Amino acid sequence: MRRWALAFAFAVTAVAAGSAAGIRAVVVQSPGTADPMIVDGDVGRSGGALVIAARTEPKTFNPIVALDAPSRDVIWRMHADLIHINRETQRTEPALARSWTVSGDGLHYVLHLRRGVRFSDGHPFDADDVVFSFAAYLDERVHSPQRDLLLIDGRPIAVRKIDSETIGVDLPAPYAGAERLFDSVAMLPRHRLEAVWKAGALGDAWGISTPADDLVGLGPFRLERFRPGEEIALARNPDYWKQDRAHNRLPYLTRLTFAVVPSEEAQVIRLRAGELDVLNRVSSQHATTLDRDQANGPYELRDLGPGLEYHFLFFNQNDPAPAAVRAKQVWFADERFRRAISLAIDRASLVGLAYRGRATPIWGHVTPGNRLWANSAIAHPPPSRPAALALLRDAGFKQNSAGTLTDAHGNAVSFSILVAAGNAALTDMAAIIQEDLRRLGVSVQIAALDFNAVLARVLESHDYEACLLRLVDGDVDPNPEMNVWLSSGPTHLWRPAQTTPATAWEAEIDRLMRQQMTTLDAGARKRLYDRVQTIVAEKLPLVPLVSPNIIVAAKRGLGNFRPAVLDHYTLWNAEQLFWRATEARR
Amino acid sequence: MTSGLGPAIGVAAAYLAVLSAPVVAPYDPTAQHREHPLAPPTGIHVVDREGRVHLRPFVLANGADGAARAYPVRFFTRASGDVEAPSSVRLFAVDPPAAIFLFGTDTLGRDQFSRLLYGGRISLGAGLLAAACALTIGVLCGCVAGFFGGWVDTAIMGASDIFMALPWLYLLLAIRAALPLTVDPGRALLAIVLVIGIAGWARPARLVRGVASSVRSRDFVAAATAAGASPARVLRSHVAPEAFSVALTQASILIPQYTLAEITLSFFGIGIGEPTPSWGTMIGAMLRQELSVAHWWLAAPAAALVGVSLLYHATADALHRRALTMGVTR
Repeated sequence: MRRWALAFAFAVTAVAAGSAAGIRAVVVQSPGTADPMIVDGDVGRSGGALVIAARTEPKTFNPIVALDAPSRDVIWRMHADLIHINRETQRTEPALARSWTVSGDGLHYVLHLRRGVRFSDGHPFDADDVVFSFAAYLDERVHSPQRDLLLIDGRPIAVRKIDSETIGVDLPAPYAGAERLFDSVAMLPRHRLEAVWKAGALGDAWGISTPADDLVGLGPFRLERFRPGEEIALARNPDYWKQDRAHNRLPYLTRLTFAVVPSEEAQVIRLRAGELDVLNRVSSQHATTLDRDQANGPYELRDLGPGLEYHFLFFNQNDPAPAAVRAKQVWFADERFRRAISLAIDRASLVGLAYRGRATPIWGHVTPGNRLWANSAIAHPPPSRPAALALLRDAGFKQNSAGTLTDAHGNAVSFSILVAAGNAALTDMAAIIQEDLRRLGVSVQIAALDFNAVLARVLESHDYEACLLRLVDGDVDPNPEMNVWLSSGPTHLWRPAQTTPATAWEAEIDRLMRQQMTTLDAGARKRLYDRVQTIVAEKLPLVPLVSPNIIVAAKRGLGNFRPAVLDHYTLWNAEQLFWRATEARR
Repeated sequence: MTSGLGPAIGVAAAYLAVLSAPVVAPYDPTAQHREHPLAPPTGIHVVDREGRVHLRPFVLANGADGAARAYPVRFFTRASGDVEAPSSVRLFAVDPPAAIFLFGTDTLGRDQFSRLLYGGRISLGAGLLAAACALTIGVLCGCVAGFFGGWVDTAIMGASDIFMALPWLYLLLAIRAALPLTVDPGRALLAIVLVIGIAGWARPARLVRGVASSVRSRDFVAAATAAGASPARVLRSHVAPEAFSVALTQASILIPQYTLAEITLSFFGIGIGEPTPSWGTMIGAMLRQELSVAHWWLAAPAAALVGVSLLYHATADALHRRALTMGVTR
């Protein structure tokens, strides 16, 4: 019998397993009453405002169609979901659903809604809103980018009302960690949007010109004003459903403002001048300066260590590929060649020079920032030119008298690395790799192109030889990465959309990934995904290089400031943030 | 400076400096001294701790035992270590483990001084080549259009209008994206420079056309035509020399403009690629405010660009005034 163990920072939780009817139940309740959610953390004081930097203004206030980060950053301060992934613990926790049960086969969920919750316009929230919200997300006419996440084996999940406070969710197939699906699915006000939806205009609703009073949600804040190109000001939602340990209603802050500051340079200057309170992401270059001056500055810098983002090098193994590339694919397909390249790259230099030490070298694709899933058993072979050359010799390569590496047919080994122009760290990394491989006798050309041109070559035309890229996982769970690791996946980068796996190890990854997706036992799932990580680290379809640290900055005196490596790094607990000294705030 | 000789000498000196890079630069511009990222300019001393004055300058570095030692600067010496050509003679060098970085190093530990000189060859050379292309085509088309007039004039000037309306930055972006990825940086740059030059013929052509049109009605041209000179001969012997001063002035304007175009492309990461330096890629590093403030030595290429541009503009100014004076005198 499977036992779920959910550890919540705030919980005095019960984990109940088993019942006479074969229902294995997970009941997680907030202490005391079932209505407001009580959150752990310092008890703060109400009042004050917080200003955070935003690179650009939002494109929409509609959570169903929002795709870009600036829109989602604002939207998710105004909305809430049923079950939420705690950015700090990386595990799920109750939100608008105060508890849930799951059937033994993992196909049926029953969610119990929190009672007495109201939207920001005072209208009560109930099961009809939940059914409406999922219907809207799943409606193909709306074109929600999250719709695919609510499909399992290509079939949608079914959401039905049991009573006004209870929801039934039926999955078309077993799906491990299915409660993570509910994260970031905003519960929408049926009373406001149903008519628009029926008219087929839901995708266009809640644009940036919508009057503030028409935007209604269940989040800690509501829109107060939007000045295009300047700021988005959110005001406290007086009907919010979370409370602190002393039963004070959250949020503490009266106002949360997103100030549009397009460049990071300007953001740093304004932080130092005290005009901004929080920077959600600081590059390693700026972190060096901010770190040096923070003793005298009004801010504190937090380096959270590696996040979920990772940089890697990969080779074009598509078939068919352009003729010029085909000649080199014999090298790229040889696992010894890829391992030699990996051994020749000095990851410490990548970290030290491209990231000023604020990154972590990696040898597997799951970063140490992913505490729940990273396989700590993956080997960390140190860079070694002799070992790389030995592997290459074994694969039929040799160095000529001029030190140039040639293949078995006498062709000089040379290839280009595609990299997105404008990213200083990536460009530096490419130059370091180029120098490391030059020492091996390999000639590398760096081709910097616009990011969209890079993606088009990798995913569509396949007209490239090698590429330096980065992936950012939105969640720690492996399921959202299925498209990358399944050989049939559209973002199986080195050879997308295969009809049958090209290699035995890709077939094994396919099998393991599919198996972990339907395995409900957490330990067994971890073992399956560990094996996937081991295969990737050995076969190196992607040569993992570094994971940049997540670095944030905030004005001193911000209570409950607990940044996390899952997005949103700094505002994930915006409702709990407060200023320790009110006189310091505007 | 009214004669323009001073600025012209300054421009020539800049070209001489970058052309002599293989001798003057102490290091291979692509060599990464990874133990010295963002190193400040190396201090060169002539007085030691004891107050003794040395005729041969020296730099300080930690020896194998960790203690600071003086390493003399050697002049006209064989290069060693990681330099581009071990057998070549360098103007100055120091023995390892000391290093001499006159303008400090960049984020990868590459010598800024060496990169400035080698990068200048790319940036200044690109400007020169592109301007040569633009002027050759521009003078030719301008002379023909102005001299023959009629439908030839209309056709050429119509074409120049189209070229002047081209969004050249987007055009260059598209060309760079269309080039094969394996093309080496030099060839990619050459292609871009040629496009800049070819696309830039319209403006000089318009100016030269005005001169040629005016010359056509002069008595000496009519006399030459009446004497049986062919149109080609009249163009070569009578019209082209009149257009020369205009072309010269245009050259002094276009060269820095096209140098800046190369720098702009490199600044955006689509010019010459790593590891080959250009002033644009070097200035691109200054995108980061932290670098420009804390590591001021990275501004050296920007200072060089400003200096060379000012010299060019002073030269253009002097040439323009000279042309006006000659016109008044004539």
